[in-house]
Amino acid sequence: MGGGITLDHFLVLGLILFLLGSYCVLTRRNAIGILMGIELILNAANINYLAFAFFGGARYDGQIFAIFVVMLAAAEAVIGLAVILAIYQNLRTIDVDATETLSG
Amino acid sequence: MLNSLAAQIIFYVIAVVTVGFAALVAFSRNIVYSAFALVGALMGVAGVYILLAADFVAMVQVLLYVGGIVVLTIFAVMLTQGIGDIAVSNRAVGPVAGLTVTALAGTVMLYATLRTPWHLATNVQVSATTYGVGNAFLGAYVLPFEIASVVLLVSLIGAVVISRQDSAVESTDAGSEKGRS
Repeated sequence: MGGGITLDHFLVLGLILFLLGSYCVLTRRNAIGILMGIELILNAANINYLAFAFFGGARYDGQIFAIFVVMLAAAEAVIGLAVILAIYQNLRTIDVDATETLSG
Repeated sequence: MLNSLAAQIIFYVIAVVTVGFAALVAFSRNIVYSAFALVGALMGVAGVYILLAADFVAMVQVLLYVGGIVVLTIFAVMLTQGIGDIAVSNRAVGPVAGLTVTALAGTVMLYATLRTPWHLATNVQVSATTYGVGNAFLGAYVLPFEIASVVLLVSLIGAVVISRQDSAVESTDAGSEKGRS
């Protein structure tokens, strides 16, 4: 590596965040926990966007994409939590294994 | 710019804090601890953004994520309490299977990341990004910007419609919902 922080450092950090997020998504049974794992995954993607934007010449495209990701994450969190609360009002649980009334 | 010793120390401190809080989010058995650890993880990610000379994105991260999404998440956690606050692991995908899958995926992705010869810019000039980001939003990216605002409006209305079920046709327990609104 020759000293100094390179692109690989940031990519590996993003990779670790992504893996922690995907582990969270895979193993949680609480639906809100799954949403939190998705937030971690989106942040990992954002780190990659900004790292490539920075080491690729500090253009603004990567930062624009990162802001779009944050915007859509906000929309996703709002809708996801509204759905979870609606499920909770109807079924009194947000265990994703228990909400299978539509499975017939 | 990132070659100095101070930058390395700052990077590793931020990275350890971020990964530590993210691990707490992923491995904590109590969903409340996970929700609060998410604050630390997202603040650490904001620090990484600042280190990458993306000051505006870092501010957006703090305002929207830490100030909005996490608060919303904590609200949802609190509102759905009383159902057993222990978020046990899934029967279908246990910790062992989850760790195996993520380890396999991580190995492949780490190999791909480290073996790819990325094209790097030679000299990177760092300046305040607000001017450029604003110009890009109102220039080349004006259409996605407007569409994103429509998406946000739709999600706002959708969240209101989904979460209040009182006036919906027949809810399963419409009688008990009547008095609540």
